[in-house]
Amino acid sequence: MSGKRNMTTEDENEGRGPMADAVAVNAPRTPGTALDGDIQAKIGQHLRAMYDDVVRQGVPNRFLDLLTQLDQPSGAGKKPGGGAGS
Amino acid sequence: MSTVDPGLRDEIIAAIPNLRAFAISLSGSVDKADDLVQETLLRAFANISSFNPGTNLSAWLFTILRNLFRSEYRKRRREVPDPDGAFAATLTTSPDQNSHLDFEDFRAALERLPPDQREALVLVGASGFSYEEAAEICKCAVGTIKSRVNRARNRLGELLALDSADDLAPEKSVGVPVPATERL
Repeated sequence: MSGKRNMTTEDENEGRGPMADAVAVNAPRTPGTALDGDIQAKIGQHLRAMYDDVVRQGVPNRFLDLLTQLDQPSGAGKKPGGGAGS
Repeated sequence: MSTVDPGLRDEIIAAIPNLRAFAISLSGSVDKADDLVQETLLRAFANISSFNPGTNLSAWLFTILRNLFRSEYRKRRREVPDPDGAFAATLTTSPDQNSHLDFEDFRAALERLPPDQREALVLVGASGFSYEEAAEICKCAVGTIKSRVNRARNRLGELLALDSADDLAPEKSVGVPVPATERL
């Protein structure tokens, strides 16, 4: 068919109860209107877009510097000689 | 000793971008979020011996971050949200192709969710944790996470439907036409 994207969740969910497809935030669980389903799909998209936008910024130098400091025994990390696991 | 296994260290570094995104969604502020991440890293390195190798490092780090946020949250309420929104401040691309729902609307609606619901939604819907992992991070039952996620989605749906219903026939406005003054 002309499926631009296979909706694998469409009718095999029937016997699985209302929670079954809630896992996929982008899968429109829509007993109601098409508008509803549309909105639920947008929620998933927007949520990930927003989140991924931050993720794509990678690791700011501030944290790389911090980790470098932590790696140095004399640094501001922890007192040496804790003797926990060496 | 305080030395962290290099492989583990790399994994921690790899988790930082996700920690930041989660922290921003919790705190509503980029600066606050980065402070939270920094504190999380300090805690993680200081307590690395309590991490159980082979278990989910990411979930462990998220748990630390969330606990830090929670303990601080108890002291003082959420910072006054940046009017432009924390996520907007970090926004480098605009994901609004083919969407009639404004991204701004979405962000504003997300901000209005109760913190428990927002965090559950973000963990499951964006961070990619399973319900079980999210429950572990939030120290609650799996069913609780499920219901929070569902309520978050429904609430967002309501808020966003109200917005877009302005364009269509608003026959089922859900009765919450709260304008921007709600926060007062």
